[in-house]
Amino acid sequence: MSHGLISTELYYKIFATLMALTTLTVIAAFIDMGALNDIIAMGIACTKALLVILFFMHVRYNSPVTWIFVSAGFVMLLIMLMLGMNDYVSRSWDAPPSPWTAPPSAAPASH
Amino acid sequence: MNAPGTVKERNFINADYGIKSWLLTLDHKRIAILYLLSTTFFFVVGGAAAVLFRLELLTPASDLLQADTYNKMFTIHGVAMVFFFLIPTIPAVLGNFLIPLMIGARDLAMPRLNLASWYVFNLGGLLALMGIAGGGVDTGWTFYTPYSTTYANSQVILTALGAFVSGFASIMTGLNFIVTIHTMRAPGLKWFRLPLFVWAHYATSLIIVLGTPVVSITIVLVALERLFHIGIFDPALGGDPVLFQHLFWFYSHPAVYIMILPAMGVVSELITCFARKRIFGYKFIVASSMGIAILGFLVWGHHMFVSSQSIYAGLVFSVLTMLVAVPSAIKMLNWTATLYRGSISYQTPMLYAFGFLGLFTIGGMTGIFLGNLGLDLHLHDTYFVVAHFHYVMVGGMVMAYLGGLHFWWPKITGRLYPEGWAKLSAIIIFVGFNFTFLPQFVLGYMGMPRRYASYPDEFQMLNIFSTAGASILGFGYLFPMIYLTWSLFRGKKAGPNPFDAKGLEWTVPSPPPTFNFTETPVVTEEAYDYPI
Amino acid sequence: MSSDLHGLVAHQFDDMEQQREAATIGMWAFLITEVMLFGGMFMCYTVYRTLYPEAFQAGSHHLNIILGTLNTALLIGSSLTMALAVHAAQNGHRKQVERLIVATILLGSLFLAVKAFEYTGKWQENLIPGPNFAPAEPIPHLQIFYALYFVLTGTHAFHMVIGIGVMVVMLVMNRGGKFSKDYYAPVEMAGLYWHFVDIVWIFLFPLLYLLGRH
Repeated sequence: MSHGLISTELYYKIFATLMALTTLTVIAAFIDMGALNDIIAMGIACTKALLVILFFMHVRYNSPVTWIFVSAGFVMLLIMLMLGMNDYVSRSWDAPPSPWTAPPSAAPASH
Repeated sequence: MNAPGTVKERNFINADYGIKSWLLTLDHKRIAILYLLSTTFFFVVGGAAAVLFRLELLTPASDLLQADTYNKMFTIHGVAMVFFFLIPTIPAVLGNFLIPLMIGARDLAMPRLNLASWYVFNLGGLLALMGIAGGGVDTGWTFYTPYSTTYANSQVILTALGAFVSGFASIMTGLNFIVTIHTMRAPGLKWFRLPLFVWAHYATSLIIVLGTPVVSITIVLVALERLFHIGIFDPALGGDPVLFQHLFWFYSHPAVYIMILPAMGVVSELITCFARKRIFGYKFIVASSMGIAILGFLVWGHHMFVSSQSIYAGLVFSVLTMLVAVPSAIKMLNWTATLYRGSISYQTPMLYAFGFLGLFTIGGMTGIFLGNLGLDLHLHDTYFVVAHFHYVMVGGMVMAYLGGLHFWWPKITGRLYPEGWAKLSAIIIFVGFNFTFLPQFVLGYMGMPRRYASYPDEFQMLNIFSTAGASILGFGYLFPMIYLTWSLFRGKKAGPNPFDAKGLEWTVPSPPPTFNFTETPVVTEEAYDYPI
Repeated sequence: MSSDLHGLVAHQFDDMEQQREAATIGMWAFLITEVMLFGGMFMCYTVYRTLYPEAFQAGSHHLNIILGTLNTALLIGSSLTMALAVHAAQNGHRKQVERLIVATILLGSLFLAVKAFEYTGKWQENLIPGPNFAPAEPIPHLQIFYALYFVLTGTHAFHMVIGIGVMVVMLVMNRGGKFSKDYYAPVEMAGLYWHFVDIVWIFLFPLLYLLGRH
C-alpha cells in the first residue's frame, strides 16, 4: 500500500484534466454528430472516472486485489446492461417461423 | 487442552452473564447464536403458514382458507422462508461461528458491523411481521409489478421494506466475510489451504455484495411507483413491468446460489470427514464455487420465458442456464469420488449429507428441464416448479444446514446430541420431504398451477399424499428442536473433537473461548489431511 | 511492522498493517455494492432511453445545462480538495487537513444548494412525477424521464448528504487529534467514498444533461 507517494502537483494536473474534459464534453454535446455524440459523451465520462479511480482513489498504487474488486464491479454492471438490453433490443425482431404453421406449399392462401 | 478434572473452563458462553452481555456482544460466536434464534423463529413462522395452506389443499374446494387468505399465507411462507431463513441462515449462523475459527482468527474483521447486521436483520423481520399483522400481503414473495404497484390492496410496502432492510444485513455479513477471508488468515493458511466451507462462503459473499444492491433499488422503485405512480413499472404510463422482473431476478436468481453455495460448503466438510478421506479434486470444487458465483449472474432470464421477454433473449438465457449445471455437476462428481473407497460412518451429519446428495441431484436435474425454453412453456408456474425449487432449497439447503448444525453442535455448545434420536429424525425428515414434494412433480406435469386455493377433483389424491408428507416433515423438524434443546442441559460433554475431524476449529476447546485461540495457530498442511 | 499505536489496533487484528488492509478491502467491497445500487437505476435509464428516445431528448433539453456544468465543476473541485486532504493527513498536517475538509464540505454543500434550486424550478413547472405531473407541452412518456432524473439525482444527493455528514465526523476527529502520520485510515476511507460519489455524478451529468442536447 502507498503512503503518500503522490505529489500534490499531480493532483492539480488531474484536476485540470478533469475540468478540461468537462468543457470538452459540454462543447461536444452541442455539435450534432449522430450516434457519435453518445459515444463521445460516454467515452469522456469513462476517462474522467478512470482518472479519479486511478489517481484520486490511489488504485494505481494499490495491491492487485483492489484492481480486481474495481473491475469486478464494472464487469458485473456491464453484464447486467448487456443481458438486459439483449431482451429490449431483440423484442421488435420478427419471431422465427413456428414449426407448427403449415408449410407454404400446402396452403399458399394462408397468411 | 481439556485435561480431565480441571475446574470450569472459561468459554464464550460462560465468559459473561446477563441479557446485556448478549445483546451488546461483539463476539462472532455469540452473534451466531443470536442469529440462530432469529432465523429459527422465522422458520417456524414460515412453516406455520405452510401447514395452513397444505391443510387447505387437502380438498379441492377452497374451504379452510378463503382464496384471499390463501394468497396471503403463501406470501408469508415465501417471504419468511426466502428472505429471513434460506438466505441468511447458513452464512449468519454457521459461517459467522466458524469462519474465524477455521482461518485461525480472533474474530471477524468488523465485529461491530456484525452485531449491527443482526439488529438490522431483526428490524427487517419486524417490518415484515408488521406487514403480516397489518393485513398481510397477497403478491407472493416476488412482488411482481404491476400487481404489486397498482392493484394489490395489501401491505406491500411494509413487507417489501422488510425485505429491503434485511438485504442490508446480508450485505453487512457478506462484506465482513470478504474482508475477513482476505486479511485475517493465520500464517501459513494460503488460499488453497482454506477449508471448502470458507471458499463457499467467499463465493456467496461475492454474490451478496454484487447482487443485493440491485434488488434494494428495485424495491425502492416499487415503493415509489406504488406511492406516487411515477410510471417506471406501470404499463398505463409507458413503463415496462417486465423490467421489474429483470431487476428482481438479477438478484433473486443469484440469491438461489446464496442459499445453496454455503450448503455445498457444509456438505464438502461432512463428506470428507465421515468418509475419513481427503476431498477429491479440491481445486475443482473451489473453481466450481467461483464458477457458480459468476455464471449465476448470467441466467436470470430463465424465470421470464413466458413473460413478454423477447424470444431471442429467452434463447440466450436458456443456453446460459445449461452452463450452470456444469459446476454443480463437478461438485457432485467430486463428492461421490470422495465417497468411493472411503471408510464411511453413518453418523447423523452424514445421513443429512447423503440426503443432500440425492435430493439436490433431483432438484438440479429438474432445473435443467425448466431451463429448457420449450419445456418451460408447459411447466412454467405449475407445481413442477414448486417441487423443483423445494428439492433444491429444502432438500439442499435445509438438509445441509441440519447436517452442519449437528456436526458443529458439539463445538458450539460443548454437548453431544442424542445420536439415536438424531438419526431417527434425519430419516423422518427425508421420508417426509419426499412424500411432500415428489407428488408435486406429477401434479405440475399434469398441469396443476401454483398459487391457487382450489383445484379440479382429479388432483386430490396426489394433494392428499403431499399434505400427509408435509405433516411427517413437520414432525421431523420438531424433533431436532426438542432434543437439541434438551442436549444443552443433559447432553454428554463433547470434548474438543468428537468426530475426529480435521480443521482449526477442532483444535480449540468446545465451546471455544472468547478470542478463539490462545496463540495464533500456524498452518503447515493442506486442508482435509484425513488418513485415506 | 508497525506496533500497537496507543491501542489504535482493534483486538481482532494483529497489527496496523492488517487493520489498514482490512479497511481498504472493506471500503472497496462496499463501493462495489454502491456501483450495483446505481447500476439498477442505470439499467432502467438505458431501457427507457432505448424505448422512448424522443422523451429523453426533450427531457435533457429542458434541464439547465449551465447549472449542471457548474455542479460538475463544484464536485470535481471537491474531489481535488478531498485528495489533498488525504495527502495532508498522510503527512500529518492537522491544520491543513482541517482547511481542506472544510473546503470539501463547502463545495459539497454548494452542489446541494444548486441541486435544491433546480428541484424547486421543476416543482414550479409541475415536473415532479406523480399525479400532479403536468408539463407545459405534453410529450408522451416525459414523466418516465423525470422519474429517472429524480430517482438518480435524488439518490446521488442522498449520498452527498451522507458524505458531508462523514466529513463533519472527520473534522471532529481531526480536531480531537485522532489522526497522525501513522493513523489516518478514516480520512482515507472517507475520501474513497467522496470520490465515488463524484464518479457517479461524472456519469449522471452526460446521461441526463448532455445526451440528446444538440
